[in-house]
Amino acid sequence: MTPKRKKRLIIILALVFGAGLAVGLTMFALSQNINLFYSTSQIANNEAPVGKRMRMGGMVVDGSVKRASDTLRVSFGLTDYESEVTVVFSGILPDLFREGQGIIAQGKLDENGVFQADEVLAKHDENYMPPEIAETMKKRQEAQQ
Amino acid sequence: MKIKMPRWFYQLASPRWFYDITSMLLPWFSMIALILMITGAVWGLVFAPEDYQQGNSYRIIYIHVPTAILAQSCYMLMAVAGGIGLVWKMKMAHVVAKACAPIGASMAVLALATGAIWGKPTWGAWWVWDARLTSMLVLLFLYIGVIALTSAFEHVASGDKAAAVLALVGVVNIPIIKYSVEWWNTLHQGATFTLTEKPAMPPEMWMPLLIMVIGFYCFFGAILMSRARTEVLQRESRADWVKSLVEQS
Repeated sequence: MTPKRKKRLIIILALVFGAGLAVGLTMFALSQNINLFYSTSQIANNEAPVGKRMRMGGMVVDGSVKRASDTLRVSFGLTDYESEVTVVFSGILPDLFREGQGIIAQGKLDENGVFQADEVLAKHDENYMPPEIAETMKKRQEAQQ
Repeated sequence: MKIKMPRWFYQLASPRWFYDITSMLLPWFSMIALILMITGAVWGLVFAPEDYQQGNSYRIIYIHVPTAILAQSCYMLMAVAGGIGLVWKMKMAHVVAKACAPIGASMAVLALATGAIWGKPTWGAWWVWDARLTSMLVLLFLYIGVIALTSAFEHVASGDKAAAVLALVGVVNIPIIKYSVEWWNTLHQGATFTLTEKPAMPPEMWMPLLIMVIGFYCFFGAILMSRARTEVLQRESRADWVKSLVEQS
């Protein structure tokens, strides 16, 4: 490489590195705001603002889903296996909503520590499997218990 | 310190050599892409088992994943080509970078659209401003910026240079897209496919996906070559070899 080309290469590498550094620092400063949701422990520890719109993520507690008989109102417990928060929601739940499934609720936390959701999103994990395999895995788990 | 670049590196710089070698490679790439994409699509959409939770709607990954991977690879190629063009003043590198931009932009649009179509039934929302989706949208805007900058100048060389600088600065977005699902809480799930770990999927599901990914890469190669060839002919229209080529046909 000629010295001239080497100089240009160094300038370009410095440009990419500088841009990376600037964006990296910005991301680091904003990292709290980039998180899509608060975990239930963060809410239990009062790290999340009360009365402000936000998202909360966690697993639906087994056996906690209660539906009203005459309306779409549904309440369920949400947990990150450390602390649990009750969520109340009126509306249509996504297909993947079920007990034990990870979901994200958007809404406000009221004074009683109940989360009033106006939107519920199901979070899907990266695991895919055919129904037969899921069935055998479930049976094996039950046999172990 | 003196770094010597290999001979083929400088050979790549010759528009004529590029035109000749791609006229040989192009039919192969097109044929392999066609075979792999048809095999992968039929296998993935018809024969692969359905998912235990999502049923059939998960099958959109056979389009979504390859387009998303390609949108990022294409950006890296565009940025590296732009960088080579800036450092070595290689005309061919700028031709390749220019040919990359619209292909990558279409792939990004496809990835975003298929993701939204899948997101509505699965998550319950078409769009969520989480880190993965937002950084992917930024990638699309970067592509659009590169396309606009390339043609915003009267002199081809100035446009090439400006677009290359933008492409290089935008490289910072690629690791953000890749690691967004690990660094932050996102609605988008983690990677199903990684080079280092066993896929979180049985083989009868990931085999067609792998075929689709390779097929999309070949398709990308074929489109890239044919776009770059057209661009070469346009830019070299005064060269003797192009004139004789036209006279022959």
